[in-house]
Amino acid sequence: MGRTIWDLLRTNRAFAAGLVLLGLVMAVALLSFVSPYPPNDAYVVPPDVPPCWAYPLGTNSRGQDVFWQLSVAIRNTLAFGITVAAISRCLALTIGMVAGYAGGLIDRVLMSVNDTFIVIPLFPILVLFYFVMRDRMSWALLALVMACLGWAYDARLIRSVALSLRAREFTETAIFSGMSMRQVLLREHLPFVLPIVFSTTMNNINWSIGMEVTLSVLGFTDINTPTIGVMLYWANQHTAMVAGIWWWIAAPVALVVITFLGLFLLAVSMNEFIDPRSRLNRVRG
Amino acid sequence: MPSYLAYLLRRLGQFVLVVFIGVNIAFFVTHATPIDPVEQTISATTSFGSTSPEAVALMRQSLRDLYGLQGGLWHQYLTFWSRVVRGDFGPSLSAFPTPVSVLIGRALPWTAGLLMTATLISWAAGNLLGGLAGYYRESRTLRAAGVLVMGLHPIPYYILAFVLLILFGYVWPVLPISGGAQMNLPPRLDLQYVGSVLLHSVLPLSSLVLVGIGGWFMGMRSLVSNIVTEDYVAFAELGGVSPRRILLSYVMRNALMPQVTGLAMSLGAIFNGAIITEQVFGYPGLGSLLIDAVHAGDYSLVLGITTVSIVAVASAVLVIDLLYPLVDPRARIR
Repeated sequence: MGRTIWDLLRTNRAFAAGLVLLGLVMAVALLSFVSPYPPNDAYVVPPDVPPCWAYPLGTNSRGQDVFWQLSVAIRNTLAFGITVAAISRCLALTIGMVAGYAGGLIDRVLMSVNDTFIVIPLFPILVLFYFVMRDRMSWALLALVMACLGWAYDARLIRSVALSLRAREFTETAIFSGMSMRQVLLREHLPFVLPIVFSTTMNNINWSIGMEVTLSVLGFTDINTPTIGVMLYWANQHTAMVAGIWWWIAAPVALVVITFLGLFLLAVSMNEFIDPRSRLNRVRG
Repeated sequence: MPSYLAYLLRRLGQFVLVVFIGVNIAFFVTHATPIDPVEQTISATTSFGSTSPEAVALMRQSLRDLYGLQGGLWHQYLTFWSRVVRGDFGPSLSAFPTPVSVLIGRALPWTAGLLMTATLISWAAGNLLGGLAGYYRESRTLRAAGVLVMGLHPIPYYILAFVLLILFGYVWPVLPISGGAQMNLPPRLDLQYVGSVLLHSVLPLSSLVLVGIGGWFMGMRSLVSNIVTEDYVAFAELGGVSPRRILLSYVMRNALMPQVTGLAMSLGAIFNGAIITEQVFGYPGLGSLLIDAVHAGDYSLVLGITTVSIVAVASAVLVIDLLYPLVDPRARIR
């Protein structure tokens, strides 16, 4: 694992760039633990101060320091993305690997359900969910629902890998030596599936953060937990753009775009690494 | 052609499954949650002034009827399905007494038009550029274009639309940033109205295209750069077939098939993007209608839009699936 990362760092500029960008974002997120202000307190600093030495990213109309607000927000946003990805990974891995290994009727049934979840437009369903939950909507609940809805695309990718593993000789050997299905999947197949799980995780975090930002900007989540989307929501509520408080909007947008680019670069370079042909191209060129 | 028939039936089965599971999720979300929409509407409407208990009881009764929430759970489930099948979701509460179906019918053409144009443009442009970039790997212009579209790809629709709105609404105000057409312009098929519709669609359309193009670009580029190494391409090159012909009919034609399947697969995600973008630009489609309905607390309208979205996307996927044998002759015989 360590060797793989080192190889990627040396030969793949996209991977290095992604790691640097994410490192920056993580640093900002970690700073939230030494924040001088509690995240939900308002009017702790003078409102509407443009970026200056005392307030590097300015202050907002609610009298909060934009930088410290941002660091708490990105921490919560990242935590949300990672939670969704972790839960949906369990679903995607189980369904993808079982479908690829079992084949036949089980595979067909699982993949039909899987394709259904890929096709169904999730945004209206999430909005409907908020609509019935209203004030009981919480961070954890949203993460759980999104994880239950957002596993399908990755399960299909994992299944395609599992399908090719099933045809390999070592699978036969494992079966003949008396390993159960669970053992074969966990001990023999899982190591081969992990690289693709890594890249789908990055994509899934991207997806869930994007969804969370969208829902929060519209006010369709718990608006008292600061996240990037909630920050933009409050900026919009105070018509920050019209009032000329551009730093209140520019800072979260810039940071979240950096996050997306970082995650995306990691996913893309990992995909390239998995595909031997493109890896060969890179080493030659 | 019996094998085509089998393909057709399989796709139809998938369509039915998507609608079935989607509608069940909508039912589950609205009925398994502890919140009663009837009580919610009542508390919203009675929060001003005092209302007599008899009136509230009457209101509760008629709202239960309106939302299809009377009787046991099984009864409600059947009522729900009969409404979905008839496309009748009762009157809208925020635009009383206009039926929900009329409101949706008014908004649907805007969404469909925006979505179709954006999908076609980004799919065609992304595939063409990606194909070229995979074939001419050394070209600097194509590499630069690749970096640009791939850099835009991971940005969520909302953020990109928002940035475009700020750029073209506040920094350099040249394009209309809200609405589907100029106000007070009668919707007729004349040059002025159509021009206004086109002008208003520029920003929503470009944000959808800018985000969408990168995915197709990447897919096509990697497909093409794998196909170029195949023997038959080398033979064609040795045989003196023109590079243009090799790219278009030897390489791209083959690479197109997974991309068509990919289009069917990603339609749901593109639909999400479209309704989010609409909301940013106040485009009069399903997205804006949905958000307004949530703010107005219009239960039937929110439920109706969700269900119609599921059915609409499933139908669009079905259409692509049925056209697929035209691209891939193997689907016709297999």
